[in-house]
Order: sequence, then structure tokens, then C-alpha cells
Amino acid sequence: MRVRRIATRVLAAALALVATWQVAVWVSGAPAFILPSPLRVASAWWQHAGEIVRHLGVTVAEIVLGLGCGLVLGVVSALLVGYFRPARRWLLPVLVASQAVPVFALAPVLVLWLGYGMASKVGMATLIIYFPVTVALLDGLRRTEPGWLDLARTMTARGDGGPRHRDRIAVLRHIQLPAALPAFASGVRVAASVAPIGAVVGEWVGSSAGLGYLMLHANGRMQIDLMFAALATLAAFGVALWFGVDAALRRLVPWQADSFDSMED
Amino acid sequence: MSLCGASQPSTPGRPAHLTDRHPAFAGEAIGIRLHAARLAYAGTVLFDALDVRLEPGATTCLLGPSGVGKSSLLKRLAGLLPADPDDQLRCDDGRPLAGRFAWMDQRDLLLPWLDVLGNVTLGARLRGVPADRARALALLEQVGLTDASGMRPDALSGGMRQRAALARTLYEDRPVVLMDEPFSALDALTRYRLQGLAAELLATRTVLLVTHDPAEALRIGDRVHVLSGRPARLDEALIPPGPPPRDPTDDQIRPLHRELMARLGVVRDAC
Repeated sequence: MRVRRIATRVLAAALALVATWQVAVWVSGAPAFILPSPLRVASAWWQHAGEIVRHLGVTVAEIVLGLGCGLVLGVVSALLVGYFRPARRWLLPVLVASQAVPVFALAPVLVLWLGYGMASKVGMATLIIYFPVTVALLDGLRRTEPGWLDLARTMTARGDGGPRHRDRIAVLRHIQLPAALPAFASGVRVAASVAPIGAVVGEWVGSSAGLGYLMLHANGRMQIDLMFAALATLAAFGVALWFGVDAALRRLVPWQADSFDSMED
Repeated sequence: MSLCGASQPSTPGRPAHLTDRHPAFAGEAIGIRLHAARLAYAGTVLFDALDVRLEPGATTCLLGPSGVGKSSLLKRLAGLLPADPDDQLRCDDGRPLAGRFAWMDQRDLLLPWLDVLGNVTLGARLRGVPADRARALALLEQVGLTDASGMRPDALSGGMRQRAALARTLYEDRPVVLMDEPFSALDALTRYRLQGLAAELLATRTVLLVTHDPAEALRIGDRVHVLSGRPARLDEALIPPGPPPRDPTDDQIRPLHRELMARLGVVRDAC
């Protein structure tokens, strides 16, 4: 029922947005090559449906692959930094410094190195989500309730010296990682909302397919209605992606109480 | 198969197949001596040259004003604080204490993502050995949580959570149990019931129970000490008569309660 409630709300919000847009067109009297009416955009969408869906497929693939790569890389880095002290000393400053370089400025370099195809866009999306995911998981790993760690220490203690490697892995797996999941989930939510930015920026810099490419191309040919149709498609996918990821994350951390849920009654 | 009731005292001569299922510890009880313990915290010496003796198979209670270092002393025994190089922690059998004690804190420390059964068998999972589900369920029955075994901690009341923590402590099945104010966060009735339960289930193990409540110490302690002063000193043990759990309103116990209050520095009210 939650899903239906959210879907209704998203739909209502979209309708309100479209209505505002239509009113703006009427009131401003802007010509169609500046601001096309929703109806015009819808008809352009219908006309170019095949093309739009094909480009959407490319962009979605870039975003999903970028999310996958960024999540894997982020999780691996966070685990390395969290688990190995030398990694913490050397990798963490590099990680932070890497954020001083604006990711967008790297887009031309990525296209130069990885080509006009999908790889440079996946690389771009990966880069843009890598940092929030790593930092979120690292924060979560760092804030394990100390009492749980004490408890684990008494449970795994043995008379033959210090803590063993296997015990540390067991504590990481059974306590620190699950405890970090809520924080990690926040990082993944951020990732899901910024990954499309990476893909589209990559497409703008140089590509032959994808919604970003289609928008740029339509703009150049003064097909403003098609440009808006592509933009609306991208927005709709972005919203769907966010809600899908949010639902999956709620299932991943069901023990995490959501105070917003209880406030809504 | 009929499992022994919670109230039945353990007997070393029980058949072997029951030993595994019964919460009372069947192995050799060990005595512990902490000699010349020293602990300084943020420049304050909490205790210095302190000697503590835990008699084998007895429940030793440690009372004292807050901040005196009771919990620190327990954590020192549990190896959760860095030890001063001069202290000596010795078990009577000459082997180390590490790996032979279970720790129970004032906070239940249940993991919110595991159900009660998962929390009780956490130690097995951390040690990478298969969990003994049957024994865990038997313990949950002992503490009255059979119906809650599949529930997550956030669905439990404070008393139920602490009972789950007690079952987890007993699941470890160690000869020594260190408890740091395990019942202090509970309401009076729940606390009273849990004290009785703990006294039964912990009999025959070597137990250190840190508490701020003289009535609790007299209800379940075999030996009651007061830790006081700075650096802290341990007084001569008070030994309440009869086996625990005792009734603190019993005529034999009430004078001891008064005595403990006096040792804790509370002068009797004039009326």
C-alpha cells in the first residue's frame, strides 16, 4: 500500500508540474522554440518514441553500470581503509584530495582516454558516485557501538595472545558491516541521485548515443520539443531509479526505524 | 525428554547428554585473583595495589559509590582496559582467563538486525562454529522467551531484552561470568524476577556482579564487598546466610542491609 500511496503522490506532483508549465506557456506567450507546451512535447515524444527509447536504453545502461562499478569500488575502498591501518594512512588522504579535482573537469579527459562509446560515461558515473559511497560506508564502519565490539572481543578471546586475523574478519562481517548498513544506505541514495548527472555530462562532452546526446543534437537542430521530451524522459527515469533504490535499501535495513514513517500517521 | 527445571540445582553426576542442555555450569569452577591492580584514568588514580579474590563457584558482589571504579575493575578483568604492567591476574589453575569468561553489561548490547535466537548464538557465529540451536532454545525457555525467539530486539520490552542478554551470556557456557549492573535499568518488579532467575542459572559458576544496589547484592551474592575511597580499597567480604536467591526483607538479611548502607557511608535515618 506504501507503493501505491507513493505512486499516487508522484503522479499528482507530475501533473501539477505539467499544469504549471502549461500555464507558464499561456501567460508568457513564449514561442515554441523557447518553451514548447506540454502537449507539443508529448506529441514530439510520441513521434520520436522509438528513437527516445533507444537512447534511453543507452543512458540507463551507462547509469546502471556506473552505479555498479562505483558501488563495488566504493565498498572495496572503504573496507580496505577501514580494515588495514596502512591503507587508512595512505589511501584516505588520496581519497580526499581526489575530491579537490572537479569531476566534471575530468569528463574531456575520460572521453579522450576511454573513447566516445559507453565506457567514458560509465567511468564518469563511477567517479561521481565513488566518493559519497566510500565516505558513507567508512563513516558507518567507524561508528560501531563500542559495546558491541567489547562484547565481540570477550566472545572471541582466547588465552593464546592477541586478536587473530580470522576474528577481526568475523567481527567485520557479523557486527561492523551490518552496523554500517544504514549509513551505507544513505551513501547509495546519494549515488542513485547523482549517477545520472555523471552519465549525461559524459554524453555532452562527446558521444554518439544516449539521452544527453539526443538533447544536444535536438537543440542544435532547433527541435526544442524533442529536447524537452528527452529531458522529461530522463527526469522520469531519475525519479523511478531513486524510488527503486530507496525501496531496495529499506528492505536491506529493515531494523532501522524511520521516524518519518511514524510521524505520518 | 524432560529437561531439568530452572529451579533444580545442578548435580555433577548428571547423565552426560543432559549436561549440554542444562544452563548450570558442569565443568570445574575456577577461582581468580587479581593482585596489585592499578588503574589511572585521566590523571586520577582509581585504584592502586588493589587485591581482588573471586572464590571458585561463588557469586562475588561489588558495591560502591558511583565513579569509584567498580566498572573499571570489571573491565580490567574482562581485558577491555589496558592492563598496568605490574598487575597480575591469575586463575587458580594457572591458565589465562581470556576465553573462559562471559561478559554481561548494563546495556543489553543486542544487535538490532538479528532476532533473539541470532543474538543468543552470536558467539558461535563470531567463532565460526555452528550454532547449537537446541541449546539456545532451551536457554530461551529458561528465561521465558520461547515465544520471542524470532523477534527483533526493537519489538521487545526492556525486561525481555535483558533476559535475552542473560540467555546470550549463558549460551557462552563459560566457567566465569562478569556482570556490570546487569539489571539496573529495569523496573523494580522485573529486576526482582530477573535477579532470582540469574541466581538460579548462574549457580556453580564463578561470578563477579558489580551493582550499586545493596538489596541486589544481598539477594544474589555469596560474598559482598564494598569498594570505596580514592585510590579505592576493598573491605572484608560480608557473607549473607543461606543460598541465593534470598529475600532481602528476611529478618536475617535486614541487618546486613543496614551494615552495607553504613559501609557505603549512609547513616541511618534518625526515625
